[in-house]
Order: sequence, then C-alpha cells, then structure tokens
Amino acid sequence: MNVKSLVSITDYSKEKILKIVEAAERFEVNPNQDLLKNKVVATLFFEPSTRTRLSFETAINRLGGRVIGFSDASNTSTSKGETLKDTIIMVSNYADLIVMRHPLDGAARYASEVSNVPIINAGDGANQHPTQTMLDLYSIKKTQGTLENLNIYMVGDLKYGRTVHSLLMAMSHFNPKFTFIAPDELKMPEEYKRFCYEKGIEYREMSELNDISEADILYMTRVQRERFLDLVEYEKVKNVYTLKKNMLEGTKENLRVLHPLPRVGEIAEDVDESPKAYYFQQAKNGVYARQAIICDALGLI
Amino acid sequence: MNQKKELVVVALENGTVIDHIPSDKLFKVVSILGLDKLDSQITIGNNLSSKKSGLKGIIKITDKYFESSEINRIALIAPNAVLNVIKDYKVVEKQKLTLPDQVCGIIKCVNPKCVTNNQPIETKFHVVDKESINVKCHYCERMIEQEDILFNS
Ligand SMILES: [Zn+2]
Repeated sequence: MNVKSLVSITDYSKEKILKIVEAAERFEVNPNQDLLKNKVVATLFFEPSTRTRLSFETAINRLGGRVIGFSDASNTSTSKGETLKDTIIMVSNYADLIVMRHPLDGAARYASEVSNVPIINAGDGANQHPTQTMLDLYSIKKTQGTLENLNIYMVGDLKYGRTVHSLLMAMSHFNPKFTFIAPDELKMPEEYKRFCYEKGIEYREMSELNDISEADILYMTRVQRERFLDLVEYEKVKNVYTLKKNMLEGTKENLRVLHPLPRVGEIAEDVDESPKAYYFQQAKNGVYARQAIICDALGLI
Repeated sequence: MNQKKELVVVALENGTVIDHIPSDKLFKVVSILGLDKLDSQITIGNNLSSKKSGLKGIIKITDKYFESSEINRIALIAPNAVLNVIKDYKVVEKQKLTLPDQVCGIIKCVNPKCVTNNQPIETKFHVVDKESINVKCHYCERMIEQEDILFNS
C-alpha cells in the first residue's frame, strides 16, 4: 500500500489531522502557490460528482498543477470492460497523484494497493469520503478556534450518512461530547456508539430537534425519502428535523450550523441570513483542505 | 458402540484427525479445507455423541499434515475443534486452533456493492473480535458477524 494515500479518515493520525488543518489555514491566507508546478494530477470520476470534482480541480489549479482525467466513466475504456486495476496502473504511469471517485465500496483502498502513486479517495460508494471530513474539521477549527472539548450535535440520517460516521471518528481524537438526533429508523449504528463508549466519549441520543442551547456545532444531514418504507412516516420526520431560524434563538454565540450540501429541505431558507449559518463557507473551505491534502500526499508540506 | 467409536479415531497410522467439530459445521469444514479435492484416504464421522457438548463430527485424513495457516481458517466456524497429528498410530501433537488476524480468499463479502464482488480481487478480512468472531472487510469496511459469514465456493 502506498503510505501517502488517503483512503479512509482513519488513515490519518491526530497529528496528521492537525497538520492538514494548519496547512489549510495557510492556503486560505495564500491560496495561489506554485507547489504543483510541473506536476500532473489525475481526477478519475468513475461516477459523476460535479461539486467534488470542481473543488479538487480548483485546488490543483491554484497550486499550479495540471489536470488529466474524466468526469464520467461512460466514455472510457472502463465502460468497455477494462478492470479497475488496469485503469489505475495505466494512469499511475502518467500522473503524480490520482484523485478518484468510484461507485463501488472499497474501490479506493484497492486502487491504493495497485497504484505506484498516492491515491486520494473522493468517495467510494457508500463507504468513505475523507476529504469531506477534513473540510468539516477545518470548518470547525476555523469557527471555534479549536477542535478540543466541543459539543457536537448531529442531526438527521445518522444511520446511512457516511459523513457523520467519519466526522465522529475524526473528532474522537479531541475529547468531544456528542448528541445524536435522529428518528428511530435512522439512529446512529451500534458500532459507532460502542466506539464512543470504548474511547470514553460522552454521547446521548434524542429523537427531537428542540433543545440545541448547548451546541457548539450543529451538523445537519439530508434525510432521504428512499430510506423510508412508509412515506407518511417520511413526511412526518422531514418536518421534525428541519432547522428553522427561530430555533436558533437562545443558542450559543459561537454556534455554527454545518451541512455537507446539497440540502433538500433540512434547513429552511431563512436560516441562510443568520450569522450562525456556515454551510456555504464550509463548502468553500473544501478547496483549502484539499490543497493541504494533495500537498501532503506528494510530500510537499 | 464405544469401542467402535474409538476405532474410528485410532486406526490411523499417519495423518491428521480433526476432532470436536460441531455436527452442523462438519461439511463446511470439509469444503473450507478443500478435502473434496484431496487424493488422500479420508474418513468422516458425523453426529457422534461428544462428552464436551452435543453432537460432533470428526475427520481423519491419511498421510496429510496441515500448515497452521491452512488449518486456522476453520477457526472461523469451529473455534473449538482440536487437531491431532498422528504418527505411527500415536498422537504426537494436539493442537488448539487460533484465529488468524487476517483471512484472505475464503470469505465472501456480504456487501453486493463491495469492490471484491465486482472486480477480480481476492477478498481480505480483518478479524476484529476473536471472542465473538466478528470480521471486517479490508476493502468496503463492512463489519460481519459470525452467523453472517459467507464462504467462497
Ligand atoms: Zn467488502
């Protein structure tokens, strides 16, 4: 395995997380640097994700690197039956680094084992999306001034939402307190609660989004209709887990609302004007976090 | 009856006896060890009464010795099985099974969207809990509990 690859957030130690966050801070101050001059980065999107791809390609371009790749696998040799292994080996002969998104779970781990160059996972199916987690951490650090001892509320689909699982793992280094707010159908899986218990991390579970007065971070997620067998139940749940502007009254001054975007209806539009709404800046922070991750993978910082 | 049973166990000059296999796991053990592809003489006994617990199965293989990496695979389904190495009609070694930290190739991932089920890749699992035998797919990171473990055919 290529040791510089980033496949899963658990590949990063606490020290590495802090190093990336600090580097992202420097890239935000000074985003245009020639660190990737004469370097070629491949962005291989075996399934389309315009938002993630543009964020990566912006990061690469701001660093003076060149981009090769594809944004959709339907026109590539992959669609003609070439194995993932062959595609990765071929591209790793051309590029200095590969950023990849793939519909299959585990595709990035496998690619990191056959590639000669580092792999950055930009999402493998329902499994991992570690650069999203790093931009979440950077956003938390930037708005709270620290990652330590924070009160983090996670809301919505905590069962299938990979972003909350990865955030939980990453934050576990920093002595957090968690509040999980989800309907019964979408509760935080046992596996993660056991993980918290074993690490001595305090958590509680609630089924309603009402008391958020203690929260430092309110991390909202999409509640998708497909997760419900009963659509009546979905309609009910959807409204219960929608954040409205008046719910922010009486909350802490430093509270910030995060969401991995795109939102469907979990956050009412009138929340956008609140200084506590942070999801659009959060998306922008992705470019700086990805600049830091790319440079780290190439040993440039 | 008792005499007969002893005979089954003892009448091996050289080879391996795998004892204390739960009856319902016996044929799975046969397939995991690939005994169906072996040329050696093999005697299989099943539904024998056991002093330790319930009904057991036993497998005798003539002139065959296993590498521990090979035999430890069956620890996944029959962790209490005992391996007897027989030389010249005598048990020269009694071995308890130990679960390896990693299992390659023999387990099939239960996740249909796992890369190992869609590309020509050998599976790899980490044994995360040796007590309750929980494994985790190295690729898709899915946790699988013992009763849900599937084996490659
Ligand atoms: Zn798997």
